[in-house]
Amino acid sequence: MSDAASYNFAYLDEQTKRMIRRALLKAVAIPGYQVPFASREMPMPYGWGTGGVQVTASVLGADDTLKVIDQGSDDTTNAVSIRKFFERTAGIATTTHTSEATVIQTRHRIPEAPLGEGQILVYQVPIPEPLRFLEPRETETRRLHALEDYGLMHVKLYEDIARHGHIATTYAYPVKVDGRYIMDPSPTPKFDNPKMDMCPALQLFGAGREKRIYALPPYTKVVSLDFEDHPFEPTKFDRGCALCGSEGIYLDEVVTDDRGGRMFVCSDTDYCESRRAEATEGGHALHEVPR
Amino acid sequence: MSTSAVARGFADPVHDSQKVFRRALDAMAHPGRIAQLGTHIEPPAPLFATSASLLLALADYETCVWLDDTLAEVPAIAEFVRFHTGTRLTRARREAEFAVIAEPEHMPPLTAFASGTPEYPDRSTTLIIQVETLANRGWQFTGPGIRECASFSAAPLPPDFPEQLAANRARFPLGVDLIFTTQTEIAALPRTCRIVEAA
Ligand SMILES: [Zn+2]
Repeated sequence: MSDAASYNFAYLDEQTKRMIRRALLKAVAIPGYQVPFASREMPMPYGWGTGGVQVTASVLGADDTLKVIDQGSDDTTNAVSIRKFFERTAGIATTTHTSEATVIQTRHRIPEAPLGEGQILVYQVPIPEPLRFLEPRETETRRLHALEDYGLMHVKLYEDIARHGHIATTYAYPVKVDGRYIMDPSPTPKFDNPKMDMCPALQLFGAGREKRIYALPPYTKVVSLDFEDHPFEPTKFDRGCALCGSEGIYLDEVVTDDRGGRMFVCSDTDYCESRRAEATEGGHALHEVPR
Repeated sequence: MSTSAVARGFADPVHDSQKVFRRALDAMAHPGRIAQLGTHIEPPAPLFATSASLLLALADYETCVWLDDTLAEVPAIAEFVRFHTGTRLTRARREAEFAVIAEPEHMPPLTAFASGTPEYPDRSTTLIIQVETLANRGWQFTGPGIRECASFSAAPLPPDFPEQLAANRARFPLGVDLIFTTQTEIAALPRTCRIVEAA
């Protein structure tokens, strides 16, 4: 056996990693299908993405460069804690730059910069079962997936249309994977759904409390569910980022002062900072922050 | 059994296992892509070092491994696999999480292995098939992991192998996943692969 110091590389014991690695290979071979795994206790609460952390720990090697984002930001407590956790337990390099990362763990967002082949995006998933809110019994949802019986989901979306005149679901908007399994893209905004389709990166999903792993191989067809007369429409913003000026990206509304001042800025902090750095290098004036 | 009689396993189990797993994950994510799998282990012949690395990285006491007759006939191979992984060896193909095949032209049909259940299609066998050559020509595949079309073939294999691959895909999500190995390379055909042309 090797030196004891590296035995718990990335915290997890080798037995657990092997079990998760076997589940990951199955998940890639059956895209969108939820593979059960024996989730381990992690030194952080469930809300902190223990499923994603276990997947990342099983994938990471000494040569990897890790980026961790929470709601698009590298700087939240959650993102910083997970990044520090892997710096400490695996001694690996970390980055905030999307293009430099080989492994990106995320909660709620897909980076704005296009992902490339060889990159791995690991999602923290709270509720992996897209049919759960329609059918609480696991045996029954398994049966529905087995029979490809997705009528319930279409009824739910159609009720949305009847009530709101459009499909009101904006987060965790269900997708169909390579024409077979309906999958929950985790609580990402539907704005990000089109990025999953034919993405060159490998996408892995880990749900710790619910003990499920699923995956989207690179270049997999991912279609957001819709109806002919009510096609899927990704969220559009009628303005650009107040800090970098980018358009066609996902914006967060932030409060700027105690008098109710607000502005819309990139949710992806690395993207926003990179755009502003480019503008500075190019000699362009930065956009003024509105007051 | 004396440990000195068993050939050496990974020099650095933690990092070697991770590297082998990532190669396997990459192969499964990019069907038909041929990658080098460098390894320093020297398992008893005719078990390839590549195949042995996959077992060392992925098998343990929670799994069951099936060896074809050619491999099962060599007691040192069973000893090597048991010693380094703690896995159970089985003669029942449908029990096995992993099956290793050293004589591919006479291998059992893909349907002889576990293909999962409709509720749990992951309860299936992953086949590690040792071949002489892998090439990016011959059969054409589409499916997840392939941007447009992938050319891939392995040899030797049974003459009806393309038909078996098509039938394996037709059962999706049931089915088996295949990892091909040579002495130095690996490539995978997960059950998602659609064969579009047999050459
Ligand atoms: Zn911005």
